[in-house]
Amino acid sequence: MSTQLTTPTDRGSAETLARGKGEPEWLVALRGEAAELAGTIAWPKPEKVRIERWNLTAVGAYEKPAAASALTELPANVQELVAEGTENLLIQRNSGVVWQQLSDELKNKGVIFTDLETACREHSDLVKPYLFQAVKMDEDKLTALNAALWNGGVFVYVPKNVEVELPLQAIMYNDNASATFAPHILLVADTNSRVTYVDCVVSDKSKVDGEFVHPSIVEVFVKPGALVRYGTVHSLAQGGVDMTLRRAVVENDGRVEWIVGDLNEGHTLSDTKSVMQGQGSTSDVKVISVGTNAQQMSLTTRAVHFGKSSDSNMITRAVMKDTASAIINGITKIEHGATKANGVQTERVLMLSPKARGDANPILLIDEDDVTAGHAASVGQVNPEQVYYLMARGISRQDAERLIIHGFLAPVVSEISVEAVRNQLQRLLERKLEG
Amino acid sequence: MATHFVIDGLKAEIEGKEILKGINLEIKGGEIHAIMGPNGTGKSTLASALMGHPKYEVTGGSATLDGEDLLEMETDERARAGLFLAMQYPSEIPGVTNSDFLRSAINARREEGNEISLIKFIRQMEGKMKELEMNPEFAHRYLNEGFSGGEKKRNEILQMMLLDPKIVVLDEIDSGLDIDALRIVANGVNAMRSEERGFLIITHYQRLLNYITPDFVHVMMQGRIVKSGGPELAQRLENEGYDWVKEELGIVDETVGQA
Ligand SMILES: Nc1ncnc2c1ncn2[C@@H]1O[C@H](COP(=O)(O)OP(=O)(O)OP(=O)(O)O)[C@@H](O)[C@H]1O
Ligand SMILES: [Mg+2]
Repeated sequence: MSTQLTTPTDRGSAETLARGKGEPEWLVALRGEAAELAGTIAWPKPEKVRIERWNLTAVGAYEKPAAASALTELPANVQELVAEGTENLLIQRNSGVVWQQLSDELKNKGVIFTDLETACREHSDLVKPYLFQAVKMDEDKLTALNAALWNGGVFVYVPKNVEVELPLQAIMYNDNASATFAPHILLVADTNSRVTYVDCVVSDKSKVDGEFVHPSIVEVFVKPGALVRYGTVHSLAQGGVDMTLRRAVVENDGRVEWIVGDLNEGHTLSDTKSVMQGQGSTSDVKVISVGTNAQQMSLTTRAVHFGKSSDSNMITRAVMKDTASAIINGITKIEHGATKANGVQTERVLMLSPKARGDANPILLIDEDDVTAGHAASVGQVNPEQVYYLMARGISRQDAERLIIHGFLAPVVSEISVEAVRNQLQRLLERKLEG
Repeated sequence: MATHFVIDGLKAEIEGKEILKGINLEIKGGEIHAIMGPNGTGKSTLASALMGHPKYEVTGGSATLDGEDLLEMETDERARAGLFLAMQYPSEIPGVTNSDFLRSAINARREEGNEISLIKFIRQMEGKMKELEMNPEFAHRYLNEGFSGGEKKRNEILQMMLLDPKIVVLDEIDSGLDIDALRIVANGVNAMRSEERGFLIITHYQRLLNYITPDFVHVMMQGRIVKSGGPELAQRLENEGYDWVKEELGIVDETVGQA
């Protein structure tokens, strides 16, 4: 059990740790400031979910893992996530990165794909202008905590006009609940570039039995005309609290596509936001989730439109079993001046047990007249007529319900254009639904 | 053993209201029975009660297929025992492709580990779809979602053909079908006629029975079979309507609302 309340969220220990890791002075200073902030500001307050009742203090202690010399050293459930034949792979274990590789081809094109700690040392000119700019570290205790504690992490930089065809893949896993596990992912896609990044955030469930927190931040910068596809699947152990903020800032004619699979066993705060800063910028978000046991989740998607003719689409679909509960928020905000913007969102919840709870809260906040926007939300049980129809063809009740549940998620899953994400999501979904 | 389906004194209610008031019917392998009757007289209720729709409660009587008590079984067991119901209003199931559904239904009849091979399944499905002149894209569409009325009916027949049941109940399979589709569906049914299989065809119109000649025709009113005869009975109903039957039997209101 790791429930220490202070370490390393006080200025002194945060700075000492940062220096010990050889971080540049600017980062040491940031760590110190963030640690102090973390002690003073409040946790985020998502709608109708009281996260302060979760164990948010089990941040653990820094534990630098030894580098892996071969992928076969990794736990089986991590190995199976590695996309076959991939040359672009980064793996984080607990507090540090243990594996990274990038093809020569991409290196030669100037693509950077490395852990964020290394990037802060070797590419600070590229990192500094972006780190904690999409997410400010003083927003709340979570952002400050991540700023003070983050370790390992990912930095992706794709230069102008470079197209990365195959997905860059990262796997973050923990196998020790008392080790700090707080990645920060920073992705910068320069003008007219294209990149697909996919990650899996998982626990080695045979080893993790204590409580832990996974405070994670993702920042994505989409420069003019760039396209970023970001796929992420989370499957952390039951003792974990996953708090992940994702944010993209999209410039003129840029596009971000988020695919999020929230399949943790434990409490989850997932907040994915696209800020359409530029004219003609677009965003597409798909979130899939399955809640089981007494899990509580707050799943939020946000689109903020500043750019004229910007466009956003957000879809969340969740299946809730047992006594799980999910509050699902979709917030489309169209700022004054964002003429011809279009924002649509859908939240759907399928409840498999009378004790499960699912709330869908679609919110449109519109400060401009010349726009289009729409939302749809539904919360419902499995339709008994459908079950009857399938059973009337000889299919057992259990299989009928399984088909209907898959059918509920399939229209979103099947639209996922990145095959690696689709397959991983499918596999982890299967496992969680059967569980 | 030759197929033998017996309904004896079947009573059923929905939301506390008795609809079926004692149905007796016997269907042997090779026979085709037609049930006709005005709207709201309990025809679909009979079909649903036999299949085990959760809203209907059987309050009396029995239904056996080859000596097995169907009413004791869950809906899926009844289906696997050999009962097939082509529904008047088939459900739409978003996200489940027709072919995934059909394969699940076939595999539900097979031992675990002995599932139908994908190739064999596709060959069978495509063969039957061709017979029914269905566009192959219907295999990949979500089950009944957005299907037109006639397309749904054709899809019901496709299921019947692939599942090889012993007793087939067709509830208004002809409604919503255009003239060509009617012929195609009727051909599908006729191709399935065999000594091992019995049919119960619920319909309002003679036009289906022009293609599929029944051995027996029954008229349902007030939740009962009030008259039975041969194919000529259907012909007379088509020509003259139901008034003469009502008159003959002294029925004023044929719907089940009346005692
Ligand atoms: N949920 C329900 N609650 C109350 N009455 C119902 C319900 N469902 C059906 N009924 C009634 O049961 C009676 C028989 O209906 P059924 O669908 O069996 O008729 P039908 O003979 O198939 O008619 P049609 O020819 O129009 O298809 C009708 O009066 C109908 O209104
Ligand atoms: Mg009917």
